[in-house]
Amino acid sequence: MKHPLLPLAITVALFVAMAAFGAVRYPGFLSLQVFLNLLIDNAFLCVVAVGMTFVILSGGIDLSVGAVIALTTMISAALLQAGWNPWAVMATVLAVGAAFGALQGLLIQRFGLAPFIVTLAGMFLARGCCYLISTESMPITDTTYTAIAQARIPVGFDSSLTVGALVALLTVLAGMRLAHATGFGRTVYAVGGGEGAARLMGLPVAATRVGVYLLSGFTAALAGIVMTFYMLSGYSLHAVGLELDAIAAVVIGGTLLAGGVGYVAGTLFGVLILGIIQTLIAFDGTLSSWWTRIVVGVLLLLFCLLQRLFEGRARRTE
Amino acid sequence: MKRLAQHALFWPSVTLALLLVVNAAFNPSFLAISWRDGHLYGNLVDILNRAAPLMIVSLGMTLVIAIRGLDISVGAVVAIAATVAALLVGGGFSAEGANTSEHPLWFALGAALLAALVCGLWNGVLVVHARMQPIVATLILMVAGRGIAQLLTGGQIITVYYPPYFVLGSGFLFGLPVALWIAAGLWLVLQWLATRTALGLFIRAIGGNPDAARVAGVRAADIALCVYTFCGLAAGIAGLIISSNVKSADANSAGQLLELDAILAVTLGGTALTGGRFSLGGTVLGALIIQTLTATIYSLGVPPEVNLVVKAALVFAVMLLQSAEFRALVARVARLRAGET
Repeated sequence: MKHPLLPLAITVALFVAMAAFGAVRYPGFLSLQVFLNLLIDNAFLCVVAVGMTFVILSGGIDLSVGAVIALTTMISAALLQAGWNPWAVMATVLAVGAAFGALQGLLIQRFGLAPFIVTLAGMFLARGCCYLISTESMPITDTTYTAIAQARIPVGFDSSLTVGALVALLTVLAGMRLAHATGFGRTVYAVGGGEGAARLMGLPVAATRVGVYLLSGFTAALAGIVMTFYMLSGYSLHAVGLELDAIAAVVIGGTLLAGGVGYVAGTLFGVLILGIIQTLIAFDGTLSSWWTRIVVGVLLLLFCLLQRLFEGRARRTE
Repeated sequence: MKRLAQHALFWPSVTLALLLVVNAAFNPSFLAISWRDGHLYGNLVDILNRAAPLMIVSLGMTLVIAIRGLDISVGAVVAIAATVAALLVGGGFSAEGANTSEHPLWFALGAALLAALVCGLWNGVLVVHARMQPIVATLILMVAGRGIAQLLTGGQIITVYYPPYFVLGSGFLFGLPVALWIAAGLWLVLQWLATRTALGLFIRAIGGNPDAARVAGVRAADIALCVYTFCGLAAGIAGLIISSNVKSADANSAGQLLELDAILAVTLGGTALTGGRFSLGGTVLGALIIQTLTATIYSLGVPPEVNLVVKAALVFAVMLLQSAEFRALVARVARLRAGET
């Protein structure tokens, strides 16, 4: 009964069940484009949730990602208005995001501070920096950015993906490879499973912990770039509360919040489930948007209870 | 002098005093208090009034953090309590021009506080009985709570037209804001419970070492349940004051980011985030520091956008000062410097 893939299987089954429910209930739901839109509309959430998965696997949490996304859109818009080369802008914001994350990781690792509080302060700092740049929404009119934003990649059957969605898929694949086929990934699992044991095994615990927050800052910046393609503007109130959505996606994806157990692939399905809830509510037409929050809350509750059940069972069989 | 510097309330008091001095230096009328319309009037009174809801939430949060917990749902509970109260008071302009309420005021307030109490109890049950991590358990209500509040209001901002309801947030009693009396009363009751009864000792014991406390016969589960329930109730009281102050309830924005300010106030007050050590007086000072900081930023004419950056710098500074590793590093650097000269 106790198999490490079981939570992931439940998540996938839940997604399939919701898709089937939508297909039976609403005409026009079962089309490839509807499902591709799940990915297109939630591309930035997907990218940032991959980074969050690593943080949570290591037993930490990163509350700053939403604010880092907003800061990325602001810096991008400001630099583009200043006439920078668009590719240089992208490289700069990725470096800023990674540095921001690494700094938080250093504070957490070096001074033994609680990740919750450090990233909370990081969230204040990043949002504050947004306001310092501008309190207004800044439009992006750069031709490279608008060209990327409008590009559609045909995938057959009259359906297409955006560049953002493609970036999200590639991030998931890269995340899976990083988690399951590199020393860094194995150390992340080991640190989340038991820091003391990982240290005794001679694993680079300190470097890995900083690396995890660096990765999270990097994916947040990447998600910010994807968001600038999606919104074509920089705004300090972009992505408010997105960190909660990302955590919810990771938990619904079957990753244990205590750390050490979970899959990056599960996070993809967590994001898709959050997306399909919104799509179902939109297709229904009579339900209001706040039902999304309530349903996400209920799902979080169910998955957390499920996790406790697994943990309790695992402890008894030990 | 050295004993004074080691007192738990020393640094928060110094911070607050510094902020007030900076204000007084730039704006001499800042500290002025006058008697107007039958109550005290001035910047300081305004700060006290605005800080009251944050104080109340932070007091509840102090106890939760003291038992190694965390409650990030307080903002959502504020929204729920505000919505329930505003919906039940409702009211409108009647034909005679008199303002009426739909239900008696006591019923509306009671129902709102009951809703908040249930929210707190729910968090407590998830943490204590379902054994979830506090941040996750309260995340559920944080996400769903605002949805529930919006469901109640149908996504509308509920405006209240019934004047007696406004007393909580903008009324005065004996010359001071009613909200301040409520916050002070709550603080005194908690202070009495924490210092004159065994409860304070039990809470310190649970926060210091939950297993040891349980083995020593402290009913840790029951106390934790009560603490979470109280935190919900405190958020509910704050929600009533906030909605009474703005004469309406907005399910989407009432109490937004309040959980962060509350945690910040608790940290500034010297309560250890690792549990076991807490200071209710420090928390009250922490809440005052945050509100004074906001007032300072406005009165100095600094753009309010800077507020968040200053807050972030403050959290980083306090965090580092609380970290044993950082203090050791500073001590080592200081020794090295002393060795060089």
